[in-house]
Amino acid sequence: MRVVVLGIGNILLSDEGVGVRAVERLEEEYHLPPEVEVIDGGTCGMEMLDQLESLDALVVVDCVRHGKAPGTPILLKGDEVPVFFKTKLSPHQVSLSDVLASLEFEDRAPKYASIVGIQPASLDTGMELTPEIAAKVPELVAMAVAELRGLGLKVEEKA
Amino acid sequence: MSKRVTIDPVTRIEGHLRVDVEVDGGRVKKAWASGQMWRGVENILVGRDPRDAWAITQRICGVCTTVHAITSVRAVENALQLEVPVNAQYIRNMIMLAHATHDHIVHFYHLSALDWVDVVSALKADPKKAATLAQSLSNWNGNSEAEFKKVQEKLKGFVGTGQLGIFTNGYWGHPAMKLTPEVNLLAVVHYLQALEVQRYANKIVSILGSKSPHIQNLAVGGVANPLSVDSQSVLTIERLLAVKEWIEKLDDFVKNVYLVDVAAIGAFYADWTKVGKGITDYLCVPDVPLDSKGTQFALPGGYIEGGKLESYKPIKTFGDKYFTDGVSEAVKHSWYEYGAGDEKSLHPYQGETKPKYTDFQDNGKYSWLKSPTFYGKPMQVGPLARVLNMLAAGHEPTKKYATGALDLVSQIAGTKVGLDAMHSTIGRHAARAVGCAVQMDELKNQWDLLLANMAKGDLKTFNKPTFPKGEQMGVGFHEAPRGVLSHWVVIDSGKIKNYQCVVPTTWNAAPRNEKDAPGAYEACLLDNPVADPEKPLEVLRTVHSFDPCLACAVHVVDKEDNPVVTVKAV
Repeated sequence: MRVVVLGIGNILLSDEGVGVRAVERLEEEYHLPPEVEVIDGGTCGMEMLDQLESLDALVVVDCVRHGKAPGTPILLKGDEVPVFFKTKLSPHQVSLSDVLASLEFEDRAPKYASIVGIQPASLDTGMELTPEIAAKVPELVAMAVAELRGLGLKVEEKA
Repeated sequence: MSKRVTIDPVTRIEGHLRVDVEVDGGRVKKAWASGQMWRGVENILVGRDPRDAWAITQRICGVCTTVHAITSVRAVENALQLEVPVNAQYIRNMIMLAHATHDHIVHFYHLSALDWVDVVSALKADPKKAATLAQSLSNWNGNSEAEFKKVQEKLKGFVGTGQLGIFTNGYWGHPAMKLTPEVNLLAVVHYLQALEVQRYANKIVSILGSKSPHIQNLAVGGVANPLSVDSQSVLTIERLLAVKEWIEKLDDFVKNVYLVDVAAIGAFYADWTKVGKGITDYLCVPDVPLDSKGTQFALPGGYIEGGKLESYKPIKTFGDKYFTDGVSEAVKHSWYEYGAGDEKSLHPYQGETKPKYTDFQDNGKYSWLKSPTFYGKPMQVGPLARVLNMLAAGHEPTKKYATGALDLVSQIAGTKVGLDAMHSTIGRHAARAVGCAVQMDELKNQWDLLLANMAKGDLKTFNKPTFPKGEQMGVGFHEAPRGVLSHWVVIDSGKIKNYQCVVPTTWNAAPRNEKDAPGAYEACLLDNPVADPEKPLEVLRTVHSFDPCLACAVHVVDKEDNPVVTVKAV
């Protein structure tokens, strides 16, 4: 089994980078089994083709603008995943959607994909998350952990 | 009567670009290029440790990560007059060249070929004829009839489901699509093979850069790769041999597929050698340094005026005064303001990044990009500028591949096609492929140089920087895939006081400057044909020929209640 937890977003645009910050935290705080690779994808696209091909599962952690109050988490699965990539415009999603479409065409798309996201409070220039989103990072990490456990993987908090 | 066409956003590029054109009598009469995002990264860097700047600038753009990282360390090294061990230069050079090759392959096949290739038409092709044609042009081992049949079947299945997936944003059946079904099939086959091959370029970057997709091995003063002939944890001979193998595979594809396909498509679209000339003042910088000080380069750079090779003026060293004195940026038509007034242009060391948003004003401010100039003139930068400057400098490998490509175009087109044809929309594609072949030769050479130097017992990769009290200024430049990139840093007692990035797409996609002279996109769009203003494919062809990358500008300016995407054309 091969599983990738992919944090994406631009860490120079405050809450836009929450996905990257969350996967950093996941690696710091949890023992992950060898099947799981954590990738800080930033805003990259085609450069990740290799790492994302023929996965059993892909869990994307990202900032998602879904029209709710800042800090509201969201979990997207199944058919909602491609819809998310088609409608959300941000500098990075264009290329990730290209990667997934390419993998689809090559019959190497992930068997399962989900998106763990959170509504941002600010996308202003800056390397820090806003306090209200920073406070929600543990919740986002817990959602990613729940996704991994749902796949039958053993994920334990570090002592 | 003239008709205004707004393309917002331009798709299949990185970042958010808006292009407006006024069309009259089937031709573009006026054009505006507008960066729709704000770039404020410079402000983040102020007050930080200059040794951290590269890791931060690497995050500006998902496409150009290594490009900004390398330029940033060069800027700080230039400020400190710090030498870089040659091993570190070779390793950086290989990362740069592999990255650039990746970028060019992906740009041609995955981002811009769909402007010229009608995927749906490939379904009607005779795979045998298509394979025979491919074999007549190249001895690439992926040109068998069986391979062509297999791809066509796969495409049928894909189109049959009603979902074109990765091919969605194409203008299928547009009157400007001229290739035969067989040539279209050939291009689709190579599109898929390019997806495979681009991985090798990535593998090279990730082995040498220690991590992917963001490299981790850079340092002001060198690289953090300990070199060793045997240890397991570092860059060993075994890993370098793997790199060599991937270089060979890339080389085969670039020279026997990419360069050939560009020549073939160029020959079939010979009309497009007369479109998209625009600005013929070409600027590029030398790159692939061969010594620790940056005074010797494998690839020359300089300036050519009015497209005349004999006017070539070289840029010779890192920090060359001819280059550093010539650059300035204007904001008269950009959404910024300068303390001393918007009619002035500022040198990057004195650069300011203060936003001042207005609406899109045709004759006023209309872009988040500044307008850079070289000795007061807008420039064209990128592969065409690079190849012409290298030809002017008498660079032999460039002569060899440029002549080879033009001969192949002439052979397929059945008429003599000369260097003049390069000043065009299709010429920019040709130049990118020629430049890519040159890069492959140099990538092999850098590998040889590294191994030879290690064999001499030199394993040094890093010189420790020290930051004196007081102020130092430095510029780092890099001939990036899209052209001249420069970072300008002012350091005060070990902290960054000012930082400005002048990026290739800013040169090319610039709005009008302080003298109202248009930028390269705007100039190159004039007189472009537009058969159907509702489907301005021809405009996209010219814009895509530059390989736009607006993400250096990164900032989405939407509001929740205000839909971001006003797709008036795909």
